[in-house]
Amino acid sequence: MFGKNKASGDENAAEAVKETKKPGFVKRLRARLNQGDSWLTMDVADLIPGGKIDELTLEELETRLLTGDVGIDATEKIIGNLESKLRRTELKDLQALGQALRSELREILEPVSKPLQVDSSRKPYVILMVGVNGAGKTTTIGKLSRRFLDQGHSVMLAAGDTFRAAAVEQLQTWGQRNDVPVIAQQPGADPAAVVYDALEAAKARGIDVLIADTAGRLHTQDNLMDELRKVKRVLSRLDEQAPDETMLIIDAGNGQNALVQAQQFHEAIGLTGLTITKLDGTAKGGILVAIAQQLQIPIRFIGVGEQAADLGVFSADDYVDALLSSNTE
Amino acid sequence: MFENLSERLTGAVESLRGRGRLTEDNIRDTLRQVRMALLEADVALPVVRSFVADVRERAVGEEVLKSLSPGQTLIRIVHEELVRLMGEEASGLDLRAQPPAVVLVAGLQGSGKTTSIAKMADWLRRRENKSVAIVSADIYRPAAILQLEKLAAQVGAEFIPSSETEKAVDIVERATKLARQKVVDVLLIDTAGRLHIDDEMMAEVAAVHAAAQPVETLFVLDSMAGQDAVNAAMAFDKALPLTGMVLTKTDGDARGGAAVSARHVTGKPIKFIGTGEKIDALELFHPERIASRILGMGDVLTLVEQVQEKTDREQSQKLAKKLKKGKGFDLEDLKDQLTQMMSMGGMNALMDKLPGMSRLPEAARQQADDGQIRRQIAIINSMTPAERRRPRIINGSRKRRIAAGAGQAVQDVNRLVKQHAQMQKVMKKFSKGGAKGLMRAMQGRLPPGFGR
Ligand SMILES: Nc1nc2c(ncn2[C@@H]2O[C@H](COP(=O)(O)OP(=O)(O)OP(=O)(O)O)[C@@H](O)[C@H]2O)c(=O)[nH]1
Ligand SMILES: Nc1nc2c(ncn2[C@@H]2O[C@H](COP(=O)(O)OP(=O)(O)OP(=O)(O)O)[C@@H](O)[C@H]2O)c(=O)[nH]1
Ligand SMILES: [Mg+2]
Ligand SMILES: [Mg+2]
Repeated sequence: MFGKNKASGDENAAEAVKETKKPGFVKRLRARLNQGDSWLTMDVADLIPGGKIDELTLEELETRLLTGDVGIDATEKIIGNLESKLRRTELKDLQALGQALRSELREILEPVSKPLQVDSSRKPYVILMVGVNGAGKTTTIGKLSRRFLDQGHSVMLAAGDTFRAAAVEQLQTWGQRNDVPVIAQQPGADPAAVVYDALEAAKARGIDVLIADTAGRLHTQDNLMDELRKVKRVLSRLDEQAPDETMLIIDAGNGQNALVQAQQFHEAIGLTGLTITKLDGTAKGGILVAIAQQLQIPIRFIGVGEQAADLGVFSADDYVDALLSSNTE
Repeated sequence: MFENLSERLTGAVESLRGRGRLTEDNIRDTLRQVRMALLEADVALPVVRSFVADVRERAVGEEVLKSLSPGQTLIRIVHEELVRLMGEEASGLDLRAQPPAVVLVAGLQGSGKTTSIAKMADWLRRRENKSVAIVSADIYRPAAILQLEKLAAQVGAEFIPSSETEKAVDIVERATKLARQKVVDVLLIDTAGRLHIDDEMMAEVAAVHAAAQPVETLFVLDSMAGQDAVNAAMAFDKALPLTGMVLTKTDGDARGGAAVSARHVTGKPIKFIGTGEKIDALELFHPERIASRILGMGDVLTLVEQVQEKTDREQSQKLAKKLKKGKGFDLEDLKDQLTQMMSMGGMNALMDKLPGMSRLPEAARQQADDGQIRRQIAIINSMTPAERRRPRIINGSRKRRIAAGAGQAVQDVNRLVKQHAQMQKVMKKFSKGGAKGLMRAMQGRLPPGFGR
């Protein structure tokens, strides 16, 4: 199975790396998504015995989208499109309906499935991690470090969370695990200063990728959003193009609020990428569909566990497949 | 989201005007809107279904009181049922046991367990004069034990060290023994975050539970959680069983419908809510507040008034008349003005039109963003009609309720009330009505007024 049991510990991380690189990542993701009560994971044909499509079938589909956290607006749009296809009698059977649903979802997600490309002419390529409390920022930094190292980049981390207890040490542990340097200051220090220092250090040492952690913050906290603006400003003072990537981390377990998070963070600091974590649970992260529909921010990675290797590149096709395919495969 | 919810209900209530008795037929639309509102608030679909069925059953045949509209009658029923579902007022932890009373905390990753432990330790020490020891059985997350150690020092609780090389169960056995020796009143046990489908990890926490024999086993639930929260809550309850819940991160603007679902499927009370990252950001749970927050109850209570005061012109004329008569400019009037501003293209559009505004520094202009107007409207929305008419009655507990309802901090409510008081003074001097006049009157004080 993918994303191992955490009880087996980190010594298995190396093995997990190999596992991630094997083909069939999607299959394992699918297996994980299928562990729970499935919503869209079962065959559409199972929805209504008798096999005829009618309004009830659509209502059932609507229900499934809603329980997957897709949200009302996105769901209504998708179902509306299916309805009009149905009216034009383009959908003759349940299989056609399944295909149509698949392509509806794909149409929304395809334009935003754009993998992160580290521009190697940039030294360093700067990534700023932001998100609400506990979403998985620090852990994702640990995973990304591993990924970039594997790709042959040198990596440095900036401990921009100077607020939460032991946040610095948490990042430092990830630094040790991956053997990458971590630039940190004392607790309570100005995050902008930490990040500025780190960028200077990365430049001096010719580092390829600098990833800056920040404290979790709710998008409703204006002063903390201002703090992020300042971090960005300070970075760009040293390097006009920095940060190259401002990545919002979203917890797949979140419901409709994740859309508000994306909107508000985007409005405040301008996001260039999204990563969704904790997809190894039974939460489906359906809010991604709504976010993609409304904001068109590229979705970069998916988090599927707590170990360094538990990271995958987001792909619309795979994601939709994983959501829609049947259990028996 | 706020707009969505109140729009939904406003529309539904409007369509219900002027009928004498609630029937299956005339409540169908409203109930569909209620269903949508609950889903938007992240209440799990099966819970929504059974809830709406209950409401329908209670509502049909209900006489509409003279003082209320049919819509209002129905929404009242919805609110009452929601409060009932959310359960009794919380009385904190039940620690009646041979000391040390053990409290075990569990939940999904990142939900706020460790922070909540520190908050509860502080609460018990300060408010209940208990001696408290804390231990971490999180041997997985990097620096988890250190995080708890630092927090323990911050709140002055006894920290029982543990190490990543120990087994969780061993840590807990050792800690309970130690706590007994040290004669502390309460032992709080932190555990690693885990997914409810991770069998190995669920077995671990069950073993920890068996070893610890806690009097309280609390599920920590993120108020931003979505539809899946119901599955997690159920699985944790089955594995442990739970005695209660802590709802965290309620200082954001999530509606917190997951709390309804979790409460519905486990039947376990919510004991505390987390209202911030700081140690003192912990409050007892009030079902009334969460119900209001989910429904946007401030709105609901004034829906009918809103319906009647529909058009901008009517509003402006009314305000002008009111002011001419020497009546005060109340919070309802402020809300109308704010709403009008939004409908006139938002703050920036307005500022461009107003003389002098363009000379404001960029930073000040940015502060006066539409998000803030929306938030201020949300705050007024969660006030009752009486509070809007007489802001003087808004005391501390009302402020807390209003803040919770709007998903804002109490300081934001303070700021709005203060700002309104200042405006009232200005308005006294100003006799011509309408939004333009108001804007002119407010000119110059906008940045401090609308900035935070
Ligand atoms: N199952 C699972 N857990 C994850 C994943 N990503 C992160 N986590 C866990 O979620 C919890 C929070 O992760 P962090 O990386 O500390 O989150 P954060 O956003 O940095 O949190 P703050 O800095 O406190 O705001 C930790 O227990 C992580 O191990 C994931 O993809 N799957
Ligand atoms: N705004 C806000 N943040 C909170 C609240 N409670 C906890 N947090 C934050 O949420 C994040 C995660 O909190 P933790 O206490 O580390 O969560 P946890 O459940 O112990 O996480 P794991 O041990 O990794 O599973 C931190 O950034 C906390 O500061 C709250 O009530 N409001
Ligand atoms: Mg972090
Ligand atoms: Mg913890």
